[in-house]
Amino acid sequence: MTELIDFISNNFQMIYIVILMIFVGVEVIGHVPAVLHTPLMSGANAIHGVVIIGAILVMLGADPDNTLALALGFVAVLLGTLNVVGGFVVTDRMLEMFKKKK
Amino acid sequence: MEYVLSLEIIYLIASVTYILGLKMLGHPETARRGNLIAATGMTLAILGTIFLYEGEVPGFIYILIAIAIVLGTVLGWLKAKRVQMTKMPELVSLFNGMGGASAALIGLIEFGHYQGNTLSMITILGGIIIGSISFSGSMIAWGKLNGTFKKPLRLPKYNLLNNLIFLGIIAFAGYMVWSQSGSQLFLYILFFGALAYGVLFVLPIGGADMPVVISLLNSFTGLAAALGGFLYGNMVMLTGGILVGSAGTILTFAMCNAMNRSLVNVIFGGFGDTDSGG
Repeated sequence: MTELIDFISNNFQMIYIVILMIFVGVEVIGHVPAVLHTPLMSGANAIHGVVIIGAILVMLGADPDNTLALALGFVAVLLGTLNVVGGFVVTDRMLEMFKKKK
Repeated sequence: MEYVLSLEIIYLIASVTYILGLKMLGHPETARRGNLIAATGMTLAILGTIFLYEGEVPGFIYILIAIAIVLGTVLGWLKAKRVQMTKMPELVSLFNGMGGASAALIGLIEFGHYQGNTLSMITILGGIIIGSISFSGSMIAWGKLNGTFKKPLRLPKYNLLNNLIFLGIIAFAGYMVWSQSGSQLFLYILFFGALAYGVLFVLPIGGADMPVVISLLNSFTGLAAALGGFLYGNMVMLTGGILVGSAGTILTFAMCNAMNRSLVNVIFGGFGDTDSGG
């Protein structure tokens, strides 16, 4: 229990951000027309590719002799990049089609 | 003046672009620009992380990172540019799975580095569980949409079975945290258990419901990214992850509403399609 209280007081800023971001996320989606559901899902998909930052940090902080960590980190950066680049490009293509149809 | 270029400010700018981007994606006339703005923010955050890193890093690690990013960019770009309009949702699922796998891998690597710190361990194991479920679930969703698994496959009593497996995974992770286990064997049991659950979770769900499932798994991956942000105290991962987790959840409900179904019905459903005789 003391650990939990310590945790909350040590990470107060992060807890603030989590709570505020939850509300921002809810507000941002608000009333979105159904045609935009799929592009929006795709755009959000690209944004969680931010996980690549963690993968890069793993690589930068890895012990140079730890081959397994470097190999897994390499794959993590590669997959994260696929998520980011593929995600944004496919969203752009969806919206491009959407515009032509109108 | 050097603070102008500090990483924290870049992360703050990136976080704002994600919020703006998502907001603009919700309106037909600004959607495309919104996507571009979020992409710019992401590029800034990635470049900042690499070039403003404080600490001694051997040159070959930078080369490895560069190779991974170039390879991922080329493959992702080509794949996304060449896909047909009708096959876009399955590609979103594929990319979502990649993000989940990335989050799970980060957890696997970091597991040994935070021994003895209960809350870091919860964060890491949480990231592994959620990331793995998102990865294997997205792969099944991708397979269903491209026709590899056409029919919903249902094991007998699959709802009960799936829930038991899920509770088992949580209990096992709880045991690992409680016992402060440093066992690599346990770590991989948990990892493969979560992968198996992701498969069993999506297999019984019909192909027509896949967009909802992908949206749900999308918010899972957001959550996994946010857990990584918590672990490193990295603000841009935290804001981006939580934003997608929360927006993705609302979007999932909106998609269910558009189909006149409840989320529970989609996931634990089955009776939905027996009612209609299909």
